Amino acid sequence: MSAPVDPAFLALPMREAAAAALQAATDAGASHADVRVERLRHQDLTMRNSRLEHLSDSTTIGLAVRVVHDGTWGFASGPDVSVAEAVRLAGAAVEVARTSRPLNVEPVELADEPVYDDVTWVSAYDLDPFDVDPADKTALFAEWSEALLASDDVDHVDVSLLQALDGKFYADTAGTTTTQQRVRVQPRLTATRVDPGGGFETMRTNAMPAGRGWEYLTGSTFDWAGELARMPELLAEKAKASSVEPGRYDLVVDPTNLWLTIHESIGHATELDRALGYEAAYAGTSFATLDQLGTLRYGSPVMQVTGDRTVPHGLATIGWDDEGVQTQEWDIVRDGVLVGYQLDRRMARQNAAALGVSRSNGCAFADSPGHVPVQRMANVNLQPAAADPSTEDLIGRVERGIYVVGDKSWSIDMQRYNFQFTGQRFYEIKDGRLVGQLRDVAYQATTTQFWGSMEAVGGPQTYLLGGAFNCGKAQPGQIAAVSHGCPSALFRGVSILNTAREGGR
Amino acid sequence: MSAPELAGGEGAVERCLALSRADGCLVVVRESSSANLRWAGNTLTTNGVVKGRSVSVISVVGEAVGVRSASVLDDLESLVRASEQAARDAAPAEDFSPLVDGQAQPDFSTPAEQTSPSVFAGLATDLGGAFRAARTDGVQLYGYASHDVTTTWLGSSTGLRRRHSQPTGYVELTGKSSGGSSWVGQHTRDWSDLSVPVLDAEVRRRLGWGARQCSLPAGRYETLLPPSAVADLMAYAYWTAAGRDAAEGRTVFSRAGGGTRVGEHLGPSGLRMWSDPADPALATTPFVVTTASSAMSSVFDNGLPLPATDWVSDGALSALVQTRSTAAATGSAVTPYVSNLSLDGAGTATTDEMVASTERGLLLTCLWYIREVDPQTLLLTGLTRDGVYLVEDGTVVGAVNNFRWNESPIGLLGRLSEVGRSTACLPREWSDDFTWARMPTLRVPDFNMSSVSQAS
Repeated sequence: MSAPVDPAFLALPMREAAAAALQAATDAGASHADVRVERLRHQDLTMRNSRLEHLSDSTTIGLAVRVVHDGTWGFASGPDVSVAEAVRLAGAAVEVARTSRPLNVEPVELADEPVYDDVTWVSAYDLDPFDVDPADKTALFAEWSEALLASDDVDHVDVSLLQALDGKFYADTAGTTTTQQRVRVQPRLTATRVDPGGGFETMRTNAMPAGRGWEYLTGSTFDWAGELARMPELLAEKAKASSVEPGRYDLVVDPTNLWLTIHESIGHATELDRALGYEAAYAGTSFATLDQLGTLRYGSPVMQVTGDRTVPHGLATIGWDDEGVQTQEWDIVRDGVLVGYQLDRRMARQNAAALGVSRSNGCAFADSPGHVPVQRMANVNLQPAAADPSTEDLIGRVERGIYVVGDKSWSIDMQRYNFQFTGQRFYEIKDGRLVGQLRDVAYQATTTQFWGSMEAVGGPQTYLLGGAFNCGKAQPGQIAAVSHGCPSALFRGVSILNTAREGGR
Repeated sequence: MSAPELAGGEGAVERCLALSRADGCLVVVRESSSANLRWAGNTLTTNGVVKGRSVSVISVVGEAVGVRSASVLDDLESLVRASEQAARDAAPAEDFSPLVDGQAQPDFSTPAEQTSPSVFAGLATDLGGAFRAARTDGVQLYGYASHDVTTTWLGSSTGLRRRHSQPTGYVELTGKSSGGSSWVGQHTRDWSDLSVPVLDAEVRRRLGWGARQCSLPAGRYETLLPPSAVADLMAYAYWTAAGRDAAEGRTVFSRAGGGTRVGEHLGPSGLRMWSDPADPALATTPFVVTTASSAMSSVFDNGLPLPATDWVSDGALSALVQTRSTAAATGSAVTPYVSNLSLDGAGTATTDEMVASTERGLLLTCLWYIREVDPQTLLLTGLTRDGVYLVEDGTVVGAVNNFRWNESPIGLLGRLSEVGRSTACLPREWSDDFTWARMPTLRVPDFNMSSVSQAS
């Protein structure tokens, strides 16, 4: 049973404001209008060596009106929710559309979507983190920090906890009205070991951000006790590990690392707005262009990728998107071939024939009431193998290689070809067994070569939902949270760099 | 729910301070007014006109602090009480310092300044012309224009009343054609200094350089890094310059064996890196405003005047970012973070002149997707973007492929072979958060292009 929608959000006069804005927009000649009322709560906590550094707690409320007028978008937003403000914003949005009209040569049309009459959706969580006393939060993290600091191999411990509670109300001129609420948390501890002779090394917990409540910190979803107990020894081993010899290695990539490679090289590359060039001046485009749908060999035949906005605890999971489209799960890569994109209603209509679709798959999102919805990433997931091989099984198939655990540094080019990633831990594999950590490791590859070199994926027993709070896109800049489920996977012959040598050390 | 009568930053500050029962109280009110236009493939894509507001109440009880922020003005008492409760529940703050004393600034009661889509009137007309010409010439234009005016009021229980109005505008123009991809960007306060035809002409000039294209392999190349690229690299170094982190041995600015590298030469003599909120071309908030303490800032420092600060002086590291608390702990001067950055090496050569004096090398346009790889050396990775040009015998002879690079901005400073003339510039990657920079073009004899990127 889901939690109730926050009464403080429901107390806003959203229905009256929405009705007034939709009427005013229609009266001003808009062919489509939609209204969002949002109440976003954020609480961020950082600690340094078990002492609170900051705890900030903010509530942002806003009203946004978007119109299509004479085939052109118009958007206006402000922080006050009232009938008068709604009417003003509707007028302002129409005015923005009018002044923009001379620059627009592509009339806006939206793919059809059934009407959803006053539906409500709340994400799956047990305990709203905003109902937990902040003193209890700092006490828990102080205890964990102290335990780490008790080790001679840990000199500093940094804590970061991000928490969010989103309230989203949406109404449009077609008659859809949705009320939704999502909760998410991202807890992290980083231990630093400073070498008295100079230099330092860090290690971060591998608990993935999740669409969960405070129970993520206190329950059994993640093994906090085990993770924290292992960290000092792992950090000491990492600091003393051999520096990697650059060259080509087979890689077994743990899902704690692979999710981010999926995010950058598959998630962003299969956003249709990028493939069509709408992000060419900022986030970038994609090598996976629309003319290659159904033919592009993205990776090896074991590669099965889905877009998904429905998986429980997924950071991009929701009931309806910011265009009133009911969320779905669909194929993006099937047997290694590109078969689908992430869409919004305008792109679905404009490219219906090429895509073979009649409706959007529900990927339009705005990160706040002050921003216009743009196509944002679903939970893009790599499917596990039914035969259920373990991570150890994959490692057992490697003669000379590296096992990569945990995400750290990431970078990929504007067309999603060339990427470079580091990690929290790299283990040398010799003759099918782990023989200790390596340091200064980065892997570098080109997207289709990398996924083409994927020989095997692990089974459901290795599957994990990774993710991030901070995926950036669009101008003005927007931030979105997104998850990526994946198993461990085996890649052959990947280029490994030594980062110390790259840096001239 | 509409804004009550005390609307306005001054009213909100005074009301919160009057409600406060804490030992000390700071109130930060921000009101923003912004407009934006975005285009792709020679047509408009999105746009908007947006107002925003935040009220942050920072309560001090004993040596503990509590911070609560909201966007509405209709229940300030709840906000003040929640902030006080947070302070009462918190342990003493590590960065506790007495609140800054001060007086009321004369313009404190001035209402928030506004912008509107009308600031784009001239730009939109010129863009329409550029789009028409681009369609004729087989060029696709992409880009973004943004104008934001944020007014900040800061009041304290110690009598401080400060206000700052910050206009921030910028435009970016990307062109794509058979000559590849090119980019220009410029920041502006009021749009009077910005010309679409001038920007468009530079985009076209660079696309012209791409008429001849060739491939080069990875390797170390003599490279001219233009101001935008230098700004993105140096901004990252600046964000890593917390004095406390360095003193703790965990940044590139830490000295082996303890202490920091302040005093150590990082670059050629004559090189200066500094921040100055009063810089007329790069004016930013002249006092500390922060609602969250970190290694780089302390809420207790709110209202502290921000002087010009040299971070690198005559080639040597001369200061790291210090709050009053970290300065006291490390015996350093108080040198808070300022939101602009300048680099100058007394060079006089323009980028074109540096091209003319190049025998063989690469001229970059800008950098992208910059991320930290190794904090010990501040090794960063990233891509070249929107134009890498091969220079031979003083002339651009064609465009080459993009590269992934791995380089440290601090390492680079020690290997410079030429520093050009500094000019105001827009950091391509960080322009959202860090708009105000002045940088020279730098010549690096051996820039590390780690691998080829197929991106175009």
